[in-house]
Amino acid sequence: MSQEKAVRRKVLVAKLGLDGHDRGAKVITMALRDAGFRVVYLGVHQSPENLVRVALEEDVEAIGVSILSGSHEELISDLMRIARERGVRAPIIVGGVIPPEDIPRLKELGVFEVLMPGTPLSKVVEIFKKAVGEAQ
Amino acid sequence: MSDSEKIREKLLEWEKEVVEPLLKKAPERKKVFLTEEGIEVKRLYTPLDLEKWDYLEKLGFPGTYPFTRGVYPTMYRGRPWTIRQYAGYGSAEDTNERYRYLLSIGQTGLSMAFDLPTQLGYDPDDPLAWYEVGKVGVSMPTIQEMDIVFSGIPMDKISTSMTINATAIEILSMYVAVAESRGVPKAVLDGTVQNDILKEYIARNNYIYPPEPSMRYSVDLILYAAKEMPKWNSISISGYHMEEAGATPAMEVAFTIADGMEYVKWVMERGKVPVDSFAPRLSFFFAARTNLFEQIAKFRAARRIWAKVMKDRFGAKDPRSMMLRFHTQTAGVLLTAQQPMVNIIRTTLQALAAVLGGTQSLHVNSYDEALCLPTEESVKLSVRVQQVILYESGVVDTVDPLGGAYYIEWLTDQIEERAWKYIDEIERMGGMLRAVKLGYPQREIAKAAYEWQLKVEKGEIPIVGINMFVEPEIPKVKILKVDPAARERVVSRLRKFRESRDQVKVRTALDNVRKAAEKEEVNIFPPIYEAVKVGATVGEISRVLREVWGEWRAPEIF
Repeated sequence: MSQEKAVRRKVLVAKLGLDGHDRGAKVITMALRDAGFRVVYLGVHQSPENLVRVALEEDVEAIGVSILSGSHEELISDLMRIARERGVRAPIIVGGVIPPEDIPRLKELGVFEVLMPGTPLSKVVEIFKKAVGEAQ
Repeated sequence: MSDSEKIREKLLEWEKEVVEPLLKKAPERKKVFLTEEGIEVKRLYTPLDLEKWDYLEKLGFPGTYPFTRGVYPTMYRGRPWTIRQYAGYGSAEDTNERYRYLLSIGQTGLSMAFDLPTQLGYDPDDPLAWYEVGKVGVSMPTIQEMDIVFSGIPMDKISTSMTINATAIEILSMYVAVAESRGVPKAVLDGTVQNDILKEYIARNNYIYPPEPSMRYSVDLILYAAKEMPKWNSISISGYHMEEAGATPAMEVAFTIADGMEYVKWVMERGKVPVDSFAPRLSFFFAARTNLFEQIAKFRAARRIWAKVMKDRFGAKDPRSMMLRFHTQTAGVLLTAQQPMVNIIRTTLQALAAVLGGTQSLHVNSYDEALCLPTEESVKLSVRVQQVILYESGVVDTVDPLGGAYYIEWLTDQIEERAWKYIDEIERMGGMLRAVKLGYPQREIAKAAYEWQLKVEKGEIPIVGINMFVEPEIPKVKILKVDPAARERVVSRLRKFRESRDQVKVRTALDNVRKAAEKEEVNIFPPIYEAVKVGATVGEISRVLREVWGEWRAPEIF
């Protein structure tokens, strides 16, 4: 038996902060499900603490976070810190209204990938596959 | 031989002798041409498409039932639409500066954006609020902030629209109290408060309380304004956010009108008032997308349906109760982060749709809004787009210039027919409140959003810069960043403000809010207004209401 866990394709998608724009998060959830992922969809108004708690409870392999409120830097910085403290190893993918100049900072904080508006769904699925450790 | 028989004969002849031979040599680009709604568009429209179509029944005249051609007899020949850019960020000072700037470049009305804590009833020093203070709108915890936002702005002359729903009474109270402190009585105030909680559950997600107390809250505002604020639009029944969430044009029209019907029923029942006592102050809000003719048809169909609903179902007698007056915003979801300057061209077409569709007020999105809030430079172009359409294009010189066009009238009928199907479905469910609890509009919209995205993926819906004419790099544009010091400014001012007020008065006022909330038959507006006046904060008032009414968790539909 290999020591590596088999890929279960179980991921979490959530809206972080008070922002209610959930079109993107829902569309991505549907696309991931169609691609064979099991998606725990947490919906709107999630705090970093709650997101981390659910990620641990559900033992997900990757986390998709959608933010359109311009608060990505503060929210992601807290999310990454809390995730690290509680031992969440699942890669975190961020999407939303995010100016390109903020991407390096989010990567520095440890974000696996930042998805801009207009990213094709096929690319989104590919990135989640990579995040859960499926060989490309 | 009748006229239409002659036309039919000639049409068949044209198809056989002219079109068919051409198609053999040069086929059309696609087998089927579809609108965004999925309506199949024919090659050509002729009088035959409007054969049983009755001008007086379908259109009538501008300013008269069924208002298809416009709500006012002279439309833009008499008065232009209001140039009203949705704006606000950071602290009250930042927002005041932006409003003065907008007015200086020719904006003719204000539209206030509030930050998420204000919209969700949290003060800026609440731990849940910290991340979002001043980010997507101005932070507005107290009456003091409203006073700063309007410093140097004549509240008796300008009309102000406020995008506020779950905390609408608190915010409107601040506006009224500040105006009155300047000697402007509430009866002369001109403006709009969004106050549309149903679409929050459906699409926008900024709700606090469960649906029933939320409806009571919204209805109490409508009833209060009907008595005290004759020039104020007490609600802006909004399809915009549903369109942004994925609704098709027919869904946008239908769900908005079904929301409107639910409010009318509630106000009549709760207030025991006749429909004409409040309906003239109901207003609407729609999106304008790039698909020009379908959007124009959408606006015209919406006007006709609302007029019928108000006249036939609710027995309105006052023509003003039947008029669907609306604000338009260009569709944010159609902005691209890629090649952002192209957005100026998109929004110009969208704005043109709104104007040809007879809007009363217009916001044009700025080219940088797929990336950040608009800068002064980008928002100026949005105002200029409106001014070019208004002053240079000539499309405003006659009322409803597309009225009678075979294609437009046919398409208006198509949208109307599809919208009625949804409206009837919702009526069968027992009205929009029940439909919302069942998750019906939420599900329809999410499904439509996904289907749209799949079509973009396949290239069936072409978007320049996204699935055609793609460029690898996103060019650098100037980005507006909210000054992080704004948060500190707002919080420290709030703390001083809390210390400076008469604590006994605040406690008594909050207690009165609680008692009113507990008593179903009392109008909740006056006690909230009193509390705001003595210095209660949005967070404090909301906390009391949360304690009495509870909070809403969305049904798991997904």
